[in-house]
Parts: sequence; C-alpha cells; structure tokens
Amino acid sequence: MRPDSEAELAEMIAAAEAPLRIGGGGTRDVGRAIAGDMLETGGLSGIRLYEPGALTMVAGAGTPLAEIEAALAAEGQRLAFEPGDWRGLLGTEGESTIGGVVAANVSGPRRVTAGACRDFMLGVRFVDGAGRIVKNGGRVMKNVTGYDLVKLMSGSWGTLGVLSEVSFKVLPEAEARGVLLCEGLSDVQAVSALSRALGAPWEVSGAAHLQRGLDGAPVTMIRVEGLADSVAYRCGELQKLLADIGDFTVERDPERTAAGWRYIRDVAPFHGRAGEVWRLSVTPSQAPEIVARLDGAEAVYDWGGGLVWVLVPDGTPVRAALTGGHATLFRASAARRAEAGVFQPQPAPLAALEAGLRAKFDPKGILNPGLMG
Amino acid sequence: MDMPPPRPERLALKTELVARLTEALGPTGVIHQLAELRAYECDALSAYRCPPMAAVLPRDTAEVAAVLRICHRMSVPVVPRGAGTSLAGGALPTADCVILGVARMNAVLETDFANRVIRVQTGRTNLSVTGAVEEDGFFYAPDPSSQLACAIAGNIAMNSGGAHCLKYGVTTNNLLGVTMVLMDGSVVEIGGAHMDAGGLDLLGVICGSEGQLGVVTEASLRILPKPEGARPVLMAFDSNAVAGACVSDIIKAGILPVAIEFMDRPCIRACEDFAQAGYPDCEALLIVEVEGSEAEIDDQLTRIKAIARRHDPLELREARDADEAGRIWLGRKSAFGAMGQINDYMCLDGTIPVSALPQVLQRIGEMSRDYGLEVANVFHAGDGNMHPLILYDANKPGDLELCERFGADILKLCVEVGGCLTGEHGVGIEKRDLMWHQYEAADLEAQMAVKDVFDPAWLLNPAKVFPLDASEARRGRPAAA
Ligand SMILES: Cc1cc2nc3c(=O)[nH]c(=O)nc-3n(C[C@H](O)[C@H](O)[C@H](O)COP(=O)(O)OP(=O)(O)OC[C@H]3O[C@@H](n4cnc5c(N)ncnc54)[C@H](O)[C@@H]3O)c2cc1C
Repeated sequence: MRPDSEAELAEMIAAAEAPLRIGGGGTRDVGRAIAGDMLETGGLSGIRLYEPGALTMVAGAGTPLAEIEAALAAEGQRLAFEPGDWRGLLGTEGESTIGGVVAANVSGPRRVTAGACRDFMLGVRFVDGAGRIVKNGGRVMKNVTGYDLVKLMSGSWGTLGVLSEVSFKVLPEAEARGVLLCEGLSDVQAVSALSRALGAPWEVSGAAHLQRGLDGAPVTMIRVEGLADSVAYRCGELQKLLADIGDFTVERDPERTAAGWRYIRDVAPFHGRAGEVWRLSVTPSQAPEIVARLDGAEAVYDWGGGLVWVLVPDGTPVRAALTGGHATLFRASAARRAEAGVFQPQPAPLAALEAGLRAKFDPKGILNPGLMG
Repeated sequence: MDMPPPRPERLALKTELVARLTEALGPTGVIHQLAELRAYECDALSAYRCPPMAAVLPRDTAEVAAVLRICHRMSVPVVPRGAGTSLAGGALPTADCVILGVARMNAVLETDFANRVIRVQTGRTNLSVTGAVEEDGFFYAPDPSSQLACAIAGNIAMNSGGAHCLKYGVTTNNLLGVTMVLMDGSVVEIGGAHMDAGGLDLLGVICGSEGQLGVVTEASLRILPKPEGARPVLMAFDSNAVAGACVSDIIKAGILPVAIEFMDRPCIRACEDFAQAGYPDCEALLIVEVEGSEAEIDDQLTRIKAIARRHDPLELREARDADEAGRIWLGRKSAFGAMGQINDYMCLDGTIPVSALPQVLQRIGEMSRDYGLEVANVFHAGDGNMHPLILYDANKPGDLELCERFGADILKLCVEVGGCLTGEHGVGIEKRDLMWHQYEAADLEAQMAVKDVFDPAWLLNPAKVFPLDASEARRGRPAAA
C-alpha cells in the first residue's frame, strides 16, 4: 500500500483488518520483525513550507531526508539534532524519510547539548489505528496548547499512528568547527574528560570516545562549533582545561572534522562486522563500568558517555550489566530479536500505561504490532 | 468562564474526607477551615476565585500517594498546586475538590555535576534550583519571569518557558525524569540521569499536561554550565514592521542570541513612567542579548548591529557595563508591574510565526480601538511568543467580560495566522473554551484519550484544558470501585 494523500492513508487504515508494517524508506529496520502488509509513506512527500527567517519547516512524512537536508543547506541551515544514517550499520538500503527519522527519534552526536529529534519537533499530523486524522502542535516555536502528542509520536516507531506531516525547528549551520582529539585514553579517563568539557562554559557540541579509532588506537573527540574566532578561543581553553588528562590536538579542517563526526553518528566502526549491536542509554559516568562488565565488547561512546553503542558476541546478556538506563538490541538476527526483545521491557506500571495508550490509539492492534515489545 | 457546579454528594463527604486526610497526614498537613482555605481560592488569574473543600500539604511522595488513594476511593477531584502563579487558572479549585499543594516538598535530593543533573522535590522554586548549583558554576536554564515564586511542579505542568528559551529551550527540553503519583495512588518512575527515558515518550506528554495526568513529586533536571558573560543591546525603531523585519534578519544571519525581546510604544511608555529605564521615545524596542567571553560578545554584537543598521534604527545602545545592562533590562523586567500600576490587566500569550508579527500587531491596534481598551505588547520575539497586556477596570461592570472577548479575538487571530493559543502559560480555564478554534473534535479526542489512560475517572484537575462540552461525558464518570 502506498497512499498518495493523507485522506487516502486514513481510508486505508480505516479499512485495514490485519497488521500493517509501516515503512518510510525502510532504512531503520529496528524492532521485532512483524508479519503484515507493507504500508509505505513515500507518496506523502514534499516540503510544504520553509521559512528560514522563522527557523521552521513543514514537510510530508515521506519526504526524503536528503531532500530536506539539501533545502536547508541552500539557506545555510541544518537539522541541529544531526540524524544518523543507519544503512551501513543495519545493512539496509533505500532512502531515509523525515517521518522515519521522527518515528525513531533519530538523534546524533549534537543531541548531548542541542537536544534530540523530539526536542526540535513542533507539530505532527498523523492517522491513528482507527483511521482518524489527528493534528497536534503546529509550526510555531512555543506551543503549550493542549497535550504534547508531538513528543508522544516522536520515537513511537509507528505504533500509535502513521505520521503524514511533520513540522520542526531548524538552526543555522555553524560558521566554523574545531575538534579536539586525544589518542590513547582509557574509557574512564575519556569519560571524565568529556564530562569536564561538557561542564565548562565552552558550549561543546559533540563529546565522543572510540575504543578503536581509524588506526586501531582509542580516540577521544570533542567538538566546538560557532563563529571562527570563538571556535579558536574555545578550543584553546578546552586544551588547557584537559591538559592534566591528555594532550589534545585541534583539527580545524572542515572536511575531515565533518567525516569524523559522521563516523560516530553512523556508528561506522561496527559496519559489516560480525556480532550483535546494542544501544545503551545510561548515566554517563557509569558507562565505562557497564562496558567493562561485557566480555569481548567493543564500545563507541557518544553524548559524553550517555549513549554507548556496543558490539558484542552473539547472545551476550547485555541488559544484565546495566545499573539503570536501558538497552536496545539494535542489530541481531530476527530470531534473537524475537527472543530477547528489542526494546527493554518497561517496569509494570509504565508498561500498563503504554498498553493503555496503544489500545486507545490503535484499537485494532494493526500498527506495527509488537515492534516495540 | 464557567466552572462545573459542585456536586452535593461530594460536599456531603467533607467531614469524613477531612478525617481520613488528617489520619494520613496529621493535623498540620490538612487545611479545612474556610478562613484558611482562602489562601488557596485562586492563582494569578485572580478574577476567578473559589475556596476548595480542603487543602493538603504532603511532605513526600508517600504522603501524596496516601492523599490520592483516599480521594480516589471517595471519588473527590484533586487539583494539584505548586506556587499558584498560573496565569491561566490552572490551579483554580472547585468547591468540591481537594487542593494538593507541594510547597512543603522543596528539598534538593541530589546534585550530580559530573552528569549535569539535579534531582529535586517539585515544590522547590525555579530560582532556588539555580541557587543550589550556581556556586559550582551551573544554572537551570528555563527562566519564567515568575521564577522567584513559581515551583518546578508548576513549570513541568505548564511546560513553562522564559526569556532565554530561544537558546536553551523550555521546561520539556530540560527535564530528564520524574516521579509521579497517579490518581489511584500508584507511583511511577520515568527517566533519570540518562538522556532518554525508554519506551514511549511519556515524559514528553506529562510535561505540559497541566496537572491532569498525575501529581509530579520529584524531578531530574538538566543543569548547564554558566556562560562566561552576557551583554544586551537595545535597538529603537520607528515602526513595529521594521523591528519585526530586523528580528527575522538576525535569525536568518545565523547568529542565535539568547534572547530577543520586543516592546511596543504603549508598553515602552508605561515602563518608562514606572521604572525610568531611560528608553528612547519610539514605536518599537528590541533588546537582544548574546553570551560568551568579552571578545565573543563583541564579535556577535558587531554582526547584529550591522544588521540592525540596515533597518535605520533610531538608536542602538550597547551596554558598556553591568550597570547599563541592568538598566536596559530594567524596563522589560518591570513591564508587568508597570501595567499593574496603571490598571487591571489580562496577560495573553499566543504564539505566531515570526513573519506574521507586523500584521498581527497592526490588527491588535485596530481591535484595541474598536473595543475601546488599551493594549501594550511585550514579548519574546525570537520565537514569536506574544504577550499582549489588555488593560481594563475590574470595578467597572462589564469591563472584565469585554476584556475577555477582546482577548479571545486576539487569540483567534494568532491561530488564524498559523500560530497557537498559548506559548507558555497553558490553557487552564482561560483558554479552555477557545480550544475549538485550534483543534478539531478528533484532535481533542486524541488528547483526552491520553487522560483516559492515566486518570480513567477524570478526577485530576478535571475542568481544565478541554472545553467543558467536550469533556462533559468523561467528567461524569464514576470512579472504579
Ligand atoms: C508575573 C508573572 C510572570 C510570569 N512569567 C512567566 C514566564 O515568563 N513564562 C512562563 O512560562 N510562565 C510565566 N508565568 C506563569 C506561571 O508562573 C507559570 O505557569 C508557572 O510554571 C506556574 O508555576 P506554579 O508553581 O505557580 O504553578 P501553579 O500555578 O500552582 O499551578 C500551575 C499548574 O500546575 C499544576 N500543578 C502544580 N503542581 C503540580 C504537581 N505537583 N503535579 C502536577 N501538576 C501540578 C496545577 O494543577 C496547575 O494546572 C508568570 C506568572 C506571573 C504571575
């Protein structure tokens, strides 16, 4: 099924009696595998409104992410939440859509200070599981008119409704970028360096640590963006601040720094390698201990340690190593995903609220049923 | 604005209710004498007042749960209350409800600088959250003008913003976790020091739910390192349209100030009379503030002033020291006080696309003449969040109603140009019946379905947010045994 309009989408869902698999570009194949008819959003495409002076854009949910990023780049603006490209990690093909980005709340390295995808969402239109068209929020930057279903829809993976249109806030592209690099730090040293940098007034916009960088050695990366002189000044101050932890060098080359952060954003170190990939959302300072508990694991720390991607041997009981936070089984065989559950089961009272919301928004139980567990 | 009439069967329960609440909280935790209940009869929308049946002041999550269990069992509505500074009537009681105030719950539970998070009880005031971390170089970013008084509880319920949210976001962008008690007394924990809570984004929908989904008792808040410094520049223009165009150009140029505040002539005049801030005589004023080191501030302000010069400003005044900076902010910060001095006023907060600014200000001016009521405009221009202040005389019969009709027309205009009814104050009772202008039945139905899940009997702050005719059937529901 491939509706060409929101009205047609609503008709299709109203008429559906069996489970539907909702897909944008099909690049973010995360979650429990579901049987059901494919419902593609590609026909709901196109940028409907773009006001650079108001930092806002409205687009059909099926609009390719690439189209949106190109339109923004032409005005010197960008999606500040830096959504990643997961094709390399998941071995998927196709074109990522903005609706898929929102449904999965895809948020890259800049999330640590700028905010996640959900923080930039201003409004949604969607069709719920009964075929009802619902709008929430709008296209203005501050809006507390009624409940915030925009956030509820962000990261709901198509289980509460099928997005037809999204509106979001964009930000100016930075004039300059500097990246501090240090090789050879232990995980504990690295996370404390990242924490110190994030606790200083230099507006760090990326804070990551790779156990194995391009040349095999551990590398810690801290990003600063802004006006050119300011970036130079802040990088200098950060070097001084971290001097007792390590010798940080500064890279200013636009191409190389951009490539470096894409490498983190897309979890490139794990592309094409055997093993299961988990995504951990944890208290940053606890991240190194958690990783140390996982035998044979390799880790990519982002968000100052708050987000950890780990590559582990098949079957590793990752959730048992956590002390709070949650773990998502991001890449594994379909059988393993079904057995372990992709999303960490919620405590009973929250699970009951979630089940209650699903029963309201998807009374027939047909929207990606079971995908989130 | 109507409120549902109190139900006699509830009023009849008062003696038994007070006894049970007193058993749970002790006599100092329960207020039930009319004279003392007056303190809880209204919030900052003081045109509407009604003492509740009782007020309770629990000390922790367990006591909140005990209160809610009792009220749930007896089918008595509960209105949560922080500091009572809501401008929308969010904390307005009905005569047959219990006010649950969290003011006693004001402890800092944990500060964690390594992970940049503070955990507090939600009765703590906004400013004292910053107070708890500023010696260590941190601050809590959302800064409503009421920050000295308002509580984190109310901030979360209203998803409050402030002058600096252009850069730092509003409450929802700075909230990492909550402990919340549902109406049936069960306690849920969501999120914490990690950056995204698992599962569906319940935190996102709880923030801004105006005390209708649960009573939030504890919160984990993101704290940020304090910037090195900040400096405002004041710009005067001879028309609202030019000032509006200047705002848009600054934003387009890729410089993101922490605040862009806008004042129109009536507001400038009132603030001048009240605070003698030394503002120039002009149609529109902008206050633009940037942050960073001295050199960084110079760099940003040089660019901003260059943009402003292209719009022929009447004056560009950059603060040379803290004293001058204080003077530039003085008038803006005393705007509400200045208005209160002249007259009674109603403060609206519709949001519009920045591009519609000049057009909307002109229409408001025309309506002001038609209604014969003065309006002053002061607002967060960077994000289009307007604050028209309509002046009226509470002692003059019919003036409040006239003012409310005028206010409703302004808000409808905001919706018409692509904006919304409220940017940061919330719906409460004030904009409740205007929701039909923003949303279709299915849109409201989807929101009410969320309340159905959290509070099936519709006992928490039931007569707010949704138009009374839309929520009527639900509010009539008996509680499950
Ligand atoms: C002079 C003045 C200036 C203001 N400036 C701003 C501003 O710049 N920006 C802004 O956003 N607002 C502003 N406000 C509005 C107001 O201060 C905010 O809405 C504030 O967040 C309310 O906090 P409170 O603690 O006083 O809440 P209250 O008024 O007590 O309650 C507000 C709402 O929160 C609910 N609530 C309270 N406690 C809880 C709880 N524990 N759990 C669940 N729900 C709860 C109540 O039921 C009610 O619906 C201003 C108000 C005044 C009077």
